[in-house]
Amino acid sequence: MKQVLILFFALIQYSAFAQIDSTLFKRVEKRDTTLKLNMDAVYNRPFLQVGKVPVAFGGYVEANSNYMVTDGVTEGLSFQMRRLTLFVSSSIGRRIKFLSELEFEDGTKEINIEFAAVDIEFHPLVNLRGGVIMNPIGAFNQNHDGPKWEFIDRPISATTIIPSTWSNVGFGLWGKYSKNNWAFAYEAYLTNGFDDRIINNAENRTWLPASKTNPERFEESFNGVPLTTLKSALKHRKIGEIGLSWMGGVYNKFEEDGLVLDKRRRVDLFAIDFNTFVKKKTYFNGEWVWAFVDVPETFSQQFGNKQKGAFLDIVHPILRRTILGFEKAVLNVALRLEYADYNVGTFRETDGDIRDDIYAVVPGISFRPYPQTVIRANYRYHWQTDILGNPASKTAGFQFGFSSYF
Amino acid sequence: MTKKRQLLLAIAIFVWVVACKQITEHVTPKAPNDDEILDGPVEGLSSVEKQQFLAGDVAFNGEVFFSGNGLGPYFVATSCGSCHAGDGKGHPFTTLTRFGQSDTLGNKYLNLGGPQLQNRAISGFDPEWIPVGASFSQFTPPANTGLGFLEALTDAQILMNADPNDLDGDGISGRPNYVNAPSYFLPQPYHQQRGGKYIGRFGKKAAAIDLLHQTANAYQQDMGITSDFNPYEPAMNGMAYPYFDNVPDPEVPATTVHNVVFYLRTLKAPIQRSQSDADVLAGKQLFMNIKCGSCHIPQWTTPSTNINALSGKTFFPYTDLLLHDMGSGLDDGYTEGTALTSEWRTPPLWGLGLSMNSQGRNYFLMHDGRATSIRQAIELHGGEAENSKGQFMNLSESDKAKLIKFLESL
Ligand code: HEC
Ligand code: HEC
Repeated sequence: MKQVLILFFALIQYSAFAQIDSTLFKRVEKRDTTLKLNMDAVYNRPFLQVGKVPVAFGGYVEANSNYMVTDGVTEGLSFQMRRLTLFVSSSIGRRIKFLSELEFEDGTKEINIEFAAVDIEFHPLVNLRGGVIMNPIGAFNQNHDGPKWEFIDRPISATTIIPSTWSNVGFGLWGKYSKNNWAFAYEAYLTNGFDDRIINNAENRTWLPASKTNPERFEESFNGVPLTTLKSALKHRKIGEIGLSWMGGVYNKFEEDGLVLDKRRRVDLFAIDFNTFVKKKTYFNGEWVWAFVDVPETFSQQFGNKQKGAFLDIVHPILRRTILGFEKAVLNVALRLEYADYNVGTFRETDGDIRDDIYAVVPGISFRPYPQTVIRANYRYHWQTDILGNPASKTAGFQFGFSSYF
Repeated sequence: MTKKRQLLLAIAIFVWVVACKQITEHVTPKAPNDDEILDGPVEGLSSVEKQQFLAGDVAFNGEVFFSGNGLGPYFVATSCGSCHAGDGKGHPFTTLTRFGQSDTLGNKYLNLGGPQLQNRAISGFDPEWIPVGASFSQFTPPANTGLGFLEALTDAQILMNADPNDLDGDGISGRPNYVNAPSYFLPQPYHQQRGGKYIGRFGKKAAAIDLLHQTANAYQQDMGITSDFNPYEPAMNGMAYPYFDNVPDPEVPATTVHNVVFYLRTLKAPIQRSQSDADVLAGKQLFMNIKCGSCHIPQWTTPSTNINALSGKTFFPYTDLLLHDMGSGLDDGYTEGTALTSEWRTPPLWGLGLSMNSQGRNYFLMHDGRATSIRQAIELHGGEAENSKGQFMNLSESDKAKLIKFLESL
């Protein structure tokens, strides 16, 4: 891992010098002008190429400061190196591409391979993709690069119900068809999936991200049943994009050495995502998700069998001109509304509503000196209610940070 | 960027930071008043004591058990804090069931999984059931505040209020529950032994002698967590030996248990609100006049103890820690120690007005949460409290309201 890093930074260093000799190290130009969907995000990133080598590099960093107060108590001001992501892509042939994405999260606490897959194109509508892939559930999981977002925190529902970034080993097919102002795409994959940590974890709630802590996830399936992910998306250049997705599989070990241990227990997620421009200016981007988990009857209702959540981002540019000498800089105001309900249902004992939910409002401003770089300031307020519905604990504060491709 | 632009950017960032600091106070949530919450330590802890309090806080509220760290196989809930949210009273969701003892001769269902029902189980296990013929009762989690003060009292202080044969003829007797001590119990000079048994103070039937006794049992019986004190998983219905999970025992070290006990000892006593409100004062007077205060004794003073902050302190729990016959309406046919099935320990009333903040904005009062308002709780009093309840029922509506307003201020 270290070597990879050193090599990478050597290259970046080199690129800094190389900028003088622009023939050696250059930005990969995008020639493809077809309509881009969320699913294209993996390749639709700024890349650098060294000379004529058929390999391109890229990546982004994300860091911020954080000052939050929960019910009058603060942990003070802290600085967070959220993540450093590196990607390498190469064209093995005209119709065979490879891309890998490596992420260092929260300092170096977590190092993840987010994506490492080969794409083989047989026909624009039939591409084979295999390796470590990002399951196309919702839009955020596929299109999560920090510099693309105006908010410092990732959306709650897209990281705690859909456990973004959620990637697994597997393979499948995808295809895209676009004509004039329309684009249509589908994706269908079989991958390794969840395990029973989703209901056996220290979060004290059904917690899909808990499966990400299973290191064996990339080596073998927990129970031999693949996780299926299907997505279709439709986009019109002037209207916007809508995506429908489903991801489902079995999460428990129902059989071992031929002995039946339990019935097969499923986890299924459905998501709807959409994004659109209103009056060509104001950008709306949202995602809804529903999760259904077959929790054993005799286990505790502490662990919900239904979850739901959503976020809606509204971004409106207020200045689009040369600012501080940056030509074509943009200043946006932005607002995110979001919630996640981790336990949808009623208590058997009282018929009362089971809560365990969080609601947040995040207004912010963002400054983009270049499209690939964003400097953002957010104010965040969220209300978190415990499972019993006691008075919510309130958290609010400021965040300031940046995210940039390099 | 030119120098000038860099400077501008630096200034902009500086202004942002300063502005944030200025407005932060106004746009971030305020801390609730100390008298609106139950958690927090007693005043006057030393720095070492504060650290132990925090360690206990983390174990009590933060440590969640799951199959990977020892939960179950049979359990009722997954953390102390799940049942005692914000150190307050619990909810029917975490109400537990005990079964199998119907007289003072002991529990006849110990070999069938008694006394506590573990009504939940980790995957692959079936939870317990109540054996046919066993009587049972349901216990809603009580608040955990101010317990160190109650624990610090001497047995002699508690016995002063006992009047088992009602010699004063007020219809209120009150007697301690003498219970068998667990093997790890370390009697203190202030404990009095009677026939090998000690006075219980905690729990609905006052069946736990001290906070270690209560805590060690809670780990084992409520969560299926083994400790040095209770090294076995809870027994399963009808099984000669308990089932084990795959986590080595003890699942919590003794230090964790001790930290939690320290946390419980040093949780502050609830602070009364609106103390000088005229109605509240009138309500308190009525409370004393109609003899509620004969069982719910308002005021106590601790002797000196090994925690300075608890020594020689006067506090207001509104309990006598004694058992009282509460009549047939509250007699579930189940009991513990030497208590009768109709006898219950007088619960402290401090913190009563904050119950809704931990019970999901409802009241679930009395031992099993059957009362959904303070008024209903009073109306359910019988037996030794029949007379007192009768006097309450005869109060004018406005006096009743004052008395309830007083209880809500606690
Ligand atoms: C399943 C819910 C549940 C869990 C989990 C639980 N408790 Fe309790 N707790 C109760 C109930 C119910 C009672 C009343 C028990 C009784 O009467 O014996 C109680 C009583 C107590 C008391 C006595 C309070 C008093 O006023 O008499 C203390 C102290 C206590 N619990 C501490 C703990 C600690 C420490 C833990 C974690 C190790 C814990 N509890 C876990 C439900 C729970
Ligand atoms: C004979 C002793 C006695 C007298 C007198 C008495 N109580 Fe109680 N009180 C108890 C006991 C014991 C309980 C617990 C019963 C149970 O859990 O089922 C209790 C419970 C309560 C509760 C519910 C507390 C909780 O946490 O669930 C309230 C409120 C209460 N009493 C108020 C009063 C008022 C007001 C009076 C005077 C009208 C009064 N009590 C008189 C013994 C008494």
